[in-house]
Amino acid sequence: MKHRIVSLVLARLAIALVTAIIVSFAVFFATAMLPGDTATILLGQAATPEAVEGLRKAMHLDDPAIFRFLRWLAGVVHGDLGVSYANNMPVAKLISGRLVNTLKLAGLTAVISVPLALTLGITAAMLRNTLYDRCLTIAIIGVVSVPEFMIATLAVLLFAVYLNWLPAVSFTSEIRTVYDFARAYAMPVVTLTVVISAQMIRMSRAAVVETLNTPYVEMALLKGASRGRLVFHHALPNALGPIVNAVALSLSYLLGGVIIVETVFNYPGIAKLMVDAVSTRDLPLIQSCAIIFCFGYLFLTTTADIIAILSNPRLR
Amino acid sequence: MTSVAKSAPRHQRFGYRINAVGVAGALVVGFWIVVALAAPAIVPHPIGDIVDTDYFGPISRELWLGSDYLGRDMTSRILMGARYTLGISIASVIIAGVSGVMLGMIAAITGGVVDMVLSRFLDALNSIPSKLFSLVVVAAVGSSIPVLIVTMAVIYIPGAFRFARALAVNINTMDFVVVARIRGESLFYLIRAEILPNIIGPVLVDLGLRFVFIVLLLSGLSFLGLGVKPPYADWGALVRENIGGLPYAAPAVIVPSLAIASLTIAVNLLIDNLPTKIRDRENS
Repeated sequence: MKHRIVSLVLARLAIALVTAIIVSFAVFFATAMLPGDTATILLGQAATPEAVEGLRKAMHLDDPAIFRFLRWLAGVVHGDLGVSYANNMPVAKLISGRLVNTLKLAGLTAVISVPLALTLGITAAMLRNTLYDRCLTIAIIGVVSVPEFMIATLAVLLFAVYLNWLPAVSFTSEIRTVYDFARAYAMPVVTLTVVISAQMIRMSRAAVVETLNTPYVEMALLKGASRGRLVFHHALPNALGPIVNAVALSLSYLLGGVIIVETVFNYPGIAKLMVDAVSTRDLPLIQSCAIIFCFGYLFLTTTADIIAILSNPRLR
Repeated sequence: MTSVAKSAPRHQRFGYRINAVGVAGALVVGFWIVVALAAPAIVPHPIGDIVDTDYFGPISRELWLGSDYLGRDMTSRILMGARYTLGISIASVIIAGVSGVMLGMIAAITGGVVDMVLSRFLDALNSIPSKLFSLVVVAAVGSSIPVLIVTMAVIYIPGAFRFARALAVNINTMDFVVVARIRGESLFYLIRAEILPNIIGPVLVDLGLRFVFIVLLLSGLSFLGLGVKPPYADWGALVRENIGGLPYAAPAVIVPSLAIASLTIAVNLLIDNLPTKIRDRENS
């Protein structure tokens, strides 16, 4: 049976690879096959035709698109992401610092939201159809069906305007003490946590409810096992796979949330960089940020699927 | 098991029953649709007119929802904003639904290579986060209303495809479809007469959920300044242009958010409380 797991995982990885290629193809062509000539944009309207021609040659813009795509892809694989149009800096240099900031924000959010959401989700499944469960479900529907920026603005209204605890919309680069750190990160992290947790609670609750409905849990109930034993001994070990799967999937929602949150709170991360690049139409920068986001997303969803395969006891 | 079998026929009662929460959801959705259709006739002030000497004015008898960052009437702007938010979202959900469901049914009926290529390609498309995809497109071709409609439709085609395909694959194995195939009916006939009527309920419900996602995505894009551009303004754009009023807790920044929330929550409540007969045929 070991054989079967290995082949399933390998098949999933192969799909991920194919998807990665299609995705990078899509990103490249969405940005590269545009109206408007890159060389003319770079040199401005006043450039001589000879200068434009020279630059086109130097940038290989006359090559067929498929060669440009392959060259670009080879560059991405080697860590060479091209040069930003806006300020002529290597894209890799622009991105690296920002990426660390975003990962910091995402990591902090994950550390807070995963335990919180799992506790709430599992207890809600245990206390199904009680007042607690119903309130939680209503709150989740509320959070899931409003846009992320609304949660961010509500956080600003609550913490900065009414309670006056935090500065409204600012991100200071001077972080010396733990207090400064907490003040700077509080609102972005709270906003992201609310967004991510809602998804995670919903999915983990569904996973546990499903296991609680199985015949072997009913059997345990009939033999007189206590509620705690029922959940922790019989249901949870079997729900673990779906739960971890749910966690990985919810974390992929971080990518969407982080775009809004970084913009609202002016946080110097990669998503803010990308949104700014969109307004200046800085294509190499947009391509690189998009690829990083897509690969991050792909990594999380693939991990989720592989965990689901590995944790399926029927395949062991 | 006998008790289940006995209670089952009770659900087969003629007609549809819907509970109070569902009715409330339907009323809110209906309200916004009427507003969107009738907006030009019912706005109290022309949306471009500066009617207040103060900016970020509070709620008053004259201006029901206060004034915006230029002193324009917020009530009128919200009412007109409903047109853009609802109009764009409905247009893209229709495009996404029609093409996704058609492709899904074709993939399910044809099977083989067509099915595999379509599924793989659309799955790959699905693994680009939606906000990111629209950011890239907006960066590339700029944001005009037709571009927004098409982009969001493309983003939500894979979801509609996957859902319709999964349902159609089940129907496709049923005897009446096999008989129709043996009769030599065309692909189009199979879709129209055999598959579609049997999956239309759940498909429409799924499109309702997708409509909510589209409204949220559109609002998010407009909020980033990459969606609907001035002089037009949807609800997301209204939040963006009035974000300066946040420190004063101005109604101009809160009310458009509430409008979005009321629409999306109402659609969700309506769908959650639809009779199971429509929502899910297999369980009824």
